[in-house]
Order: sequence, then C-alpha cells, then structure tokens
Amino acid sequence: MKSLLPLIIVLALATAFGMWHKLREGHFKVRKAKAAVLDAQMLGAPLGSRVTLVQFSSAFCTPCRTTRALLSQMTADMADVAHLHIDAESHLDLVNRLNILSTPTTLILDKSGTEVGRAVGAPKRDEVLAAIASVK
Amino acid sequence: MSEQLKTPTLIDVRGPRFSATLTVIVLAIALATQNVWVLALQAVVFAIGAIRGPQFTPYAFIFKSVVQPRLRGEVVTEDSRPPQFAQSVGFVFALVGLLGAAIGSVPVFSIAVGFALAAAFLNSVFNYCLGCEMYLLVLRIRTR
Repeated sequence: MKSLLPLIIVLALATAFGMWHKLREGHFKVRKAKAAVLDAQMLGAPLGSRVTLVQFSSAFCTPCRTTRALLSQMTADMADVAHLHIDAESHLDLVNRLNILSTPTTLILDKSGTEVGRAVGAPKRDEVLAAIASVK
Repeated sequence: MSEQLKTPTLIDVRGPRFSATLTVIVLAIALATQNVWVLALQAVVFAIGAIRGPQFTPYAFIFKSVVQPRLRGEVVTEDSRPPQFAQSVGFVFALVGLLGAAIGSVPVFSIAVGFALAAAFLNSVFNYCLGCEMYLLVLRIRTR
C-alpha cells in the first residue's frame, strides 16, 4: 500500500460530482436570453399546435430510450402537443446551433417554435406535465 | 465506429452495473498500491468489453454464473452499446495509465487511473451514463 490519499480524493470528487449531476438531471430550465426559434423545416416534422417537445438522442444512451418511450406515451393523447425525436449524430448542425452538450436533451417549444425551456437528462413525468401546462 | 457497435443487443441492465462495481474495486487497488499489473488486468477486461461487448468480459461471466441466478425481480434490459462505449473510454484511460507507468510517471499513472475509477464509480453508484455525456461532445469536437 503506497497511499490512500489519491483514492480518497477521487472518490470524494466523484461523489460530489455524482450528487450535483443527479440534482440537475431532467429538470426543465427556462432559457430566455438565448432562446432559439425552430421551424418544421429545421426539425423535419410539423410543430405541435400549442407545444412541441424536441428530444435529442444518441446511440450510446440508455436513458434516451426510456425518455422516448415516456414522452411518446404521454403525448399520444394530447392533440395540441407534438413529440419529435431527433438523432443528434445525424443533425450535428442543429446540435451545434442549439448548443446541445449531452443526450437526452429535450427542448420545449411554444406554438411559434420558440424554445421556452430545456431538460438535460431523463425528465420525470410530473415535470413534463408541468412544463407542457406552463406553455401559453 | 466498428460494426459491432451498430448492432444492438439487449442485455440485463444489472450486468454492467455489477461489472462497474468490480471495476471500482480493481482500480481502487491499482490506485492505492500503484500496481501496474492490476491496471494491466483491468485494461484487458476493458479491451474485451470495448471490442466484443460488455457481456463477454470475465466480470460479466461472474455476473451470469454467480449473481444473476440469485437475483429476483423483473429483468430490465438495455442496449449493450452504451456500456460498450463506456468500456472503450475506460480502455483509453487504462492505456494512458499503462503508458504513464512505462515512462515512469507516477502522476500520469495516478491521474489516468483516477479518471477511470471516477467513471466506474459514477456508473456503479449513480447509474451515470458516460455515453450520454461524452459521445456528443466527441462528435462535436471531431467535426469542428
């Protein structure tokens, strides 16, 4: 045994990072300053009449699958809400423009296509409902 | 990207988490004892996981033969590609660590093992998804 100090430092930092990451994961955050405006042409599918959820996913991402299933199931019977699923890898221009850093990232757009919030990581059902309800 | 990474296979989600826990233990020993051979062993495991898939490593074998038969409850499956990606990242860190040892640099060895250990720990304890966080960044940097 040489020293336990490096091990303790690594485990302490990883624990702190893990807890911080868990806390911010999946919450819809409002982004007013840099709100992007998207349209059907950029997204490759029509917007919802009131709300559009745009989910970015990638291949090496287990929570993307659960998020996709949750959002499509939740929005299936919402006539004014559309759920669009985008493979980040084949839309890197859009990913760069929207500054998407990880997957899943879900943007919530109002009827004009303006981004009113985004959730990084798998969102919870209640938060998705609240976010959809908050869009005018 | 290798062809294997494009073919999805469904595996028990608990397998990679069990493997991550063993990885944490092995890398913790490597870091605390500064032992190159322990890291070399883990590097071989990472290599198998990265090339053949996470379900083919010795850790996965222990999971399948010892742990899984004793587990109850519904089996939740996942695509094997996200953990396979994580194994590749682990392999890169392990290689850097071995390189550090080869040139006699304790800091390079310790930092590389530290990153691999942190990633395995986050995966094991927090179910952290390395592919979710890193893959897009790698793509974005590559196309810059």
